[in-house]
Amino acid sequence: MSQTLNASTLLAVPMAPLVGSLLAGILGTALGGNWIGRRLSHTLTILGVLVAFIISAMTLKSVALDGARFNETLYTWMVVGGLKMEVGFLVDGLTAMMMCVVTFVSLMVHIYTIGYMEEDEGYNRFFAYISLFTFSMLMLVMSNNMLQLFFGWEAVGLVSYLLIGFWFNKPTAIFANMKAFLVNRVGDFGFILGIGLIAAYAGTLNYTEAFAKTDALAALTLPGTSWMLVTVISICLFIGAMGKSAQFPLHVWLPDSMEGPTPISALIHAATMVTAGIFMVARMSPIFELSDTALSFIMVIGAITALFMGFLGIIQNDIKRVVAYSTLSQLGYMTVALGASAYSVAVFHLMTHAFFKALLFLGAGSVIMGMHHNQDIRWMGGVRKYMPITWITSLLGSLALIGTPLFAGFYSKDSIIEAVHFSNLPGAGFAHFAVLAGVFVTAFYSFRMYFLVFHGKERYDQNPDAHHGHHDDAHHGAHDSHHEAAHKPHESPWVVTVPLVLLAIPSVVIGFLTIDPMLFGDFFKDAIHVNLAKHPAMAELAKLFHGPAQMALHGLSTAPFWLALSGVLLAYYMYMVNPALPAAIKRMALPVYTLLENKYYLDWFNENVLARGARALGMGLWKGGDQALIDGALVNGSWKLVGWFSGLVRRLQSGFIYHYAFAMILGIFVLMTYFVWLNK
Amino acid sequence: MITLGHFLALGAMLFAMSVIGIFLNRKNLIVLLMAIELMLLAVNMNFVAFSYYLNDMAGQVFVFFILTVAAAESAIGLAILVLLFRNKSSINVDELNTLKG
Repeated sequence: MSQTLNASTLLAVPMAPLVGSLLAGILGTALGGNWIGRRLSHTLTILGVLVAFIISAMTLKSVALDGARFNETLYTWMVVGGLKMEVGFLVDGLTAMMMCVVTFVSLMVHIYTIGYMEEDEGYNRFFAYISLFTFSMLMLVMSNNMLQLFFGWEAVGLVSYLLIGFWFNKPTAIFANMKAFLVNRVGDFGFILGIGLIAAYAGTLNYTEAFAKTDALAALTLPGTSWMLVTVISICLFIGAMGKSAQFPLHVWLPDSMEGPTPISALIHAATMVTAGIFMVARMSPIFELSDTALSFIMVIGAITALFMGFLGIIQNDIKRVVAYSTLSQLGYMTVALGASAYSVAVFHLMTHAFFKALLFLGAGSVIMGMHHNQDIRWMGGVRKYMPITWITSLLGSLALIGTPLFAGFYSKDSIIEAVHFSNLPGAGFAHFAVLAGVFVTAFYSFRMYFLVFHGKERYDQNPDAHHGHHDDAHHGAHDSHHEAAHKPHESPWVVTVPLVLLAIPSVVIGFLTIDPMLFGDFFKDAIHVNLAKHPAMAELAKLFHGPAQMALHGLSTAPFWLALSGVLLAYYMYMVNPALPAAIKRMALPVYTLLENKYYLDWFNENVLARGARALGMGLWKGGDQALIDGALVNGSWKLVGWFSGLVRRLQSGFIYHYAFAMILGIFVLMTYFVWLNK
Repeated sequence: MITLGHFLALGAMLFAMSVIGIFLNRKNLIVLLMAIELMLLAVNMNFVAFSYYLNDMAGQVFVFFILTVAAAESAIGLAILVLLFRNKSSINVDELNTLKG
């Protein structure tokens, strides 16, 4: 293990964005007196992320080519008993890959934001947030212990909260950010329980030290039950991943998070933060690998998410929400891969997905800008004539998403489907069906959106809301000037299109180039641990693999390709050839449509059963437990009892001495009677 | 021949008289004090009688203690009485019910 990485260089990776963020956030806003202007603040933050990206790329190079590794503790925060809380970095293949993805997508989004947020008052604040996000995410992925992972985990959650509610004058945004925060708390609860269990039984928070003790952990059961400890730990940790990576039923926050500005939808809610859960499970693979129950659970949850969230994408009309549901569905795919013990495939899909989903989101944002902040795809159409670069890049992104052979998404998604096919765990059959059906659904909704936006008749002058300028994403007053111009779309400025092009390139080629080392080479060999004897999916996959070109060729003859193709053709038929058909189907299948429209009534359930139930419980405990029992009966009740009794007894206190004397004499008689006669 | 019974009867009579004095007296606090004093004397009478008939001097030692305490007590009682009269201009027991709860 050669040591070509050094601590101070690595430290610069998270610190550079943090410095940029602090400068822009404190000096560039009212907080520090608006010292630095827009130009300086975006220059500083982009410079910070650029530094981080360059170092990450160099790190990736030395990790991949020279086999360099780094695992050191830089700072001990505190020691409690035998438990050390430290800040440290672990750099191996997994980390280096994540660092590059995070910093690259972040850099693209930073540049894109210059164009997208141009008219917004919170320009500097926005840059401060996204740089802070980059810092948090880097701390998360570079961590060498679970506490720092948790720090990053919570920090990205905080930034996500701040950014969803970026337009804090908008009630829906405030509702959405609160919802995201609360739903994530549910997940974090499980996550911290999992970390706590590891700390309690392994006695350490450091990955390497904890993983060294997995054999001892595997033999234990949770005290008082017959549950295997590793199963409980794995499921607790996975509940954390469910919150952050938006898995059913904790996915409800992600579609609502589209209230935030589009660049962060791309950066946080599609490409990077939501993959933190996937990353965490892959990082903890030595623990997850011990529990078949947990893996089965993960696979089923992922399968439900992959298929059912895809269905929801079909009926959405908001361009960003369609992409959001496709993100949910793709995260489901990654989770299924985790469940099938194909961690490297999940991480591979994470990477390809980060590129094409960021591309799709930024493309959607570019369309939204071109459409003067209209987000409703029913009022778009024919945009390809006006926005050629956005059109081409979005097409490439969509093709990658649906898994067209040779595109990035094909390699990762096909590998997932194959891996699930070879998995021998309970639930694998259902998961296999779900991911296969998901391919069709994905292709259908992706190309439904694509055709509605870029092809067909130009419908943007029919939008009933166009003159009000009250669209979801449009709450900065300055853009109103656009409305006076003609309603023709226009291509976005170069700061927007350049990131699109730069993201389109890896979306097309990254799968072809990296599938061999990442899935079947030894790039992840010391980061991801798979028990091949028990979970043979990866080994079976390797047997079938004969190079990326053959895989693409073979892909043409497999079910996923034909499913995707039929999805695209169906979308073409329904939205290009026969546009009256969707409405007819909607009328025919109204109950199904209503069910989808209401997102399976999960929001309804959460709001009316869980939230109201919790409120009712709280109200009950407050009124009944606190006010009636403790305050009423115990505190006030005891003094009232004493008061009532004294009121009774004070009648005996006449104040006349002879009454007291009489009582004494009477007492003496009673006592004497007792002692002399009765107690002989 | 005077027996122990005679002395005990005398003590009981004195005690009964003082108890009646406490109960029946509604006018004068001084009578009340005297009745208490008499009650103590009745007890002393019993102590002395038993001491004599049982040939145990401890009883008479106790009598001395009780007499001393009784003297101190009546001194304090009379002092309270004087103060009470100064404040209330009355020593009528029926009017003295400031202990009423």
